[in-house]
Amino acid sequence: MAKKSFFSPARAWKYLTKKPVTIELSDIFDKPREAADRYRGFHTNDWDKCIGCGTCSKVCPTDAIVMTEFSEVPDEEGSKPERPVIDYGRCSFCGLCVDICTTNSLGMTKEYIHIDPDPNHFFFVPREDGIHEVEYPEGYKRDDVSELLDLERVEMEHLPAEERKDSFIEIVKGFSTEQAKQEAARCVDCGICTKTCPAHMDIPDYIRDIYNDDLNKGLEDLYRTNPLPAVCGRMCTHKCETVCTIGERGEAVSIRWLKRYIVDNVPQENYKEILEPEIIKHANKKVAIIGGGPAGLSAAYYLSLMGYEITIYEEKSRMGGVLNYGGPSYRLPDAAFEQDLNYIKSLGVEFKNNTKVGKDISLEELKENFDVVFASTGFTKGKMIPLPGAEHEKVIPAMDILEEMKDYVRGEGEKPFIPERLVVIGGGNVAMDVARSMVRLQNIEYGKSEVHVLALEMSLDQMPADIDEKEEGGEEGVIFHPGYGPEEIIVENGELKSVRFKKVLSIFDEDGKFNPKYDENEKIEVEADLVVQSIGQAPDYVYLSEDLKEKINITRRGQLEINEQGQVKGAPWLFAGGDIVNGPDIIHGIADGHDAARGIDKYLMGR
Amino acid sequence: MAKELKLYLGPNHPGMHGNFSVHMYVEGDKIIKTRPLPGMLHRGFEKLMERRLWMNNLALIPRICVPEPDINEMVYAMGIEALGNIEVPERAHWIRMIILELARISSHLMSLGGIGGPTGLYTGPNWAIADRDLILDIFEEITGARVYHMYIVPGGVRKDLPEGIEKKIIEYLDYLENRMPEYEELILKNPMIQKRTKDEIMLPEEVVWELGVTGIGMRSATGKPYDIRKVDPYARYDQVEFDVPTATYSDAYTRLSIKYQEILQSIRILRQVIDKMPEGEVRARISRGSALRWKVPAGQVYSHIECTRGEYGYYMVSDGGDKPYRIAVRGASYPQGLLGVEKYLPGHRIEDAAIWLDTMGVCAPEIDR
Repeated sequence: MAKKSFFSPARAWKYLTKKPVTIELSDIFDKPREAADRYRGFHTNDWDKCIGCGTCSKVCPTDAIVMTEFSEVPDEEGSKPERPVIDYGRCSFCGLCVDICTTNSLGMTKEYIHIDPDPNHFFFVPREDGIHEVEYPEGYKRDDVSELLDLERVEMEHLPAEERKDSFIEIVKGFSTEQAKQEAARCVDCGICTKTCPAHMDIPDYIRDIYNDDLNKGLEDLYRTNPLPAVCGRMCTHKCETVCTIGERGEAVSIRWLKRYIVDNVPQENYKEILEPEIIKHANKKVAIIGGGPAGLSAAYYLSLMGYEITIYEEKSRMGGVLNYGGPSYRLPDAAFEQDLNYIKSLGVEFKNNTKVGKDISLEELKENFDVVFASTGFTKGKMIPLPGAEHEKVIPAMDILEEMKDYVRGEGEKPFIPERLVVIGGGNVAMDVARSMVRLQNIEYGKSEVHVLALEMSLDQMPADIDEKEEGGEEGVIFHPGYGPEEIIVENGELKSVRFKKVLSIFDEDGKFNPKYDENEKIEVEADLVVQSIGQAPDYVYLSEDLKEKINITRRGQLEINEQGQVKGAPWLFAGGDIVNGPDIIHGIADGHDAARGIDKYLMGR
Repeated sequence: MAKELKLYLGPNHPGMHGNFSVHMYVEGDKIIKTRPLPGMLHRGFEKLMERRLWMNNLALIPRICVPEPDINEMVYAMGIEALGNIEVPERAHWIRMIILELARISSHLMSLGGIGGPTGLYTGPNWAIADRDLILDIFEEITGARVYHMYIVPGGVRKDLPEGIEKKIIEYLDYLENRMPEYEELILKNPMIQKRTKDEIMLPEEVVWELGVTGIGMRSATGKPYDIRKVDPYARYDQVEFDVPTATYSDAYTRLSIKYQEILQSIRILRQVIDKMPEGEVRARISRGSALRWKVPAGQVYSHIECTRGEYGYYMVSDGGDKPYRIAVRGASYPQGLLGVEKYLPGHRIEDAAIWLDTMGVCAPEIDR
């Protein structure tokens, strides 16, 4: 060991002048050291942003987050009345909750001191001002790198516009197994979609089934609330996707395509084996259903499972109602609908096609021969604006031409008149169906297309048709003129020449009533060989006798007034559903059918 | 004849590292039999991991080694990346090296200063803990937490480095480099430490091979530069220059001084990393979907890295699901900490037991996992 200098201990004196790295005891609580900018301290939660989806509590590795219901939070669509409560006895301050928060409401602060002798005081409901209601600087935040959600959809393959504009082949190709599983993995299982879906489908369940590759279970989950999954998997208005939690910051999960993936990939012949339809009782009662559309078929399915004898009266030669003409083949091929229909048929439901109630058979006869009648006749009559010139034979309602076109495409009907120039008045989904179908027929017939869609709404975005419809229609060559209202249909020498439109200034008046105002100086004239009016539909109540009409209530919009069981007020033996009470889409019809089935069972069982 | 007594070293003892206990049977001052007693942690990390999502485990695994938690995140991430065939962005490799080397320094400081506990030199731990805290400050800025960082994630790192942190790291390295001679003066050149550690607590080469000791224990006894960073480089250790200090005579003092030299090497590595680190992405996705539904392809893998106590590895099995099927941890201190304590601690004096545990590199949670 080397000999040391006698003075070596004096070297320690230099440390007297050094600044200490420690904090004085008295400063710990009064002036705590400020944490780093990314510090993962106590949480904050912006209650206005938070939708109570509970994803934070699912990712929490220590189960520290419990979703708790608060009465002060409104129970609205697109959210749950729950907010996270954090147990700081368990929390490991990992920040995964912040990284995965679907709405960006959760955050962390630089606050790190909490002292309390009572262990129960470690439960906190974080709010915007943190757990101690003292403003603290923001700490850890999520960024694109630490993101734990998958915000981008798995891309769905579409037929390119060039290939599809002269064919009625289905546009959307459907997911492959790998794609479907990837898309299913994006779901965070919150169930907010279930609440919004009119039929309250168990959406997270069937998405999980796809993720787990258990399509049989998926089919069961679909049929629990929806007997037309192949139809809805293609052309549902997907309100579920509008409220999808992932959509808060990214693209909603493709719920509709996932549903379609299940039905596309379970062979029809396996349905019975998988669903094991079990008739729960033999009620010995008979129910007549008027109208074989979504609501009627849905009621038939659930009633037959409950042990009722069902007969559906349909005026057309095919079942399906709106599905037969409202869904062009490029969106809903017949085969898809038949897949659903065949299964309902296999349960023993009797179909009476080509039988119009009110003409071939009266409602009173049905009332006598059956225990209950369920009416779901839909809004089938196309409305027409009484414009000058509108009586010309080449001015027609949308419903007529749609049906003609669909029959022709499936090879069952005469070729409809295919105009070289078509004008469609109206901007809804029905208008788009007409426009896009006709673009195809024109391309097949003439190798080119000219379809004009004119609507009152001031911009394309405001037009009520689905965004997909507008985008895809535009790609196919549909020409849009938003912000125009029709003034006159010009007929020269008995020949249809054109339609004159006026520029719209406003659609609703100050009271919010429909009362369009036009700029009389700005007008356009669009030449046309055919004009299709697609401004809405009306019900056809030929089967309601005057007597009955007096007993029941028909609302201003032409709908029947029912109670919560689906029973028509004033006629306890008559139930109703679909567009004539609710509307305006397929999924509402299916939900009505299901509700009415429960109502009918309750009524007939005397409960 | 002297009477045999039973003494308990730990779980609460200044010379004990973590929640671990050694029952010593002594005659006079001499230990004649020892029984190591793990199990104080009661966590069952490996089993817990099987019940948690791949991402959720990130909050659990750092706890398997408190002074150097990042090694767990690293081997876990490396395992998943190997199973999923995931390409980690270049910058992430370099950031991971910063974290791992800072963690190595902080762990070595704790242990180097910690020798003051069993020897009564309390300036040592006071200094070392204070200097280690300055590293924790850096960790706090980079990761948002001081001890359990949860920063190295499968696919890269959780966030890019905050702006200006490189400068702070360099400043700290400069500071530490100036400070190292003071540590040498205080600890390695201290007659009291030398008296207690030189030619004491030997680790012969045969024992290394017999137990499977790795790390400083092996390098100090055999002269073999077996360091995973060199023999099976991970991250970008093959692109930085550093030496692996070795010796052929392993007494407690040699092992202590190798720790000291390794700190200097880590400083050298860190300077190169900061110099060479490229810009770019820092994280690759391990799977599509939300973290609740990440899956790792089926397969098995053993990933290992060099921690301050030796070879640290995870043997991971995935069945292709959203949770690990099985993970086994190869804790670096298992051989000496469990088998060594039982077989080779007897024969030493009572007061040397704590130095034995310190210089052999024993980290209790690694054994009790």
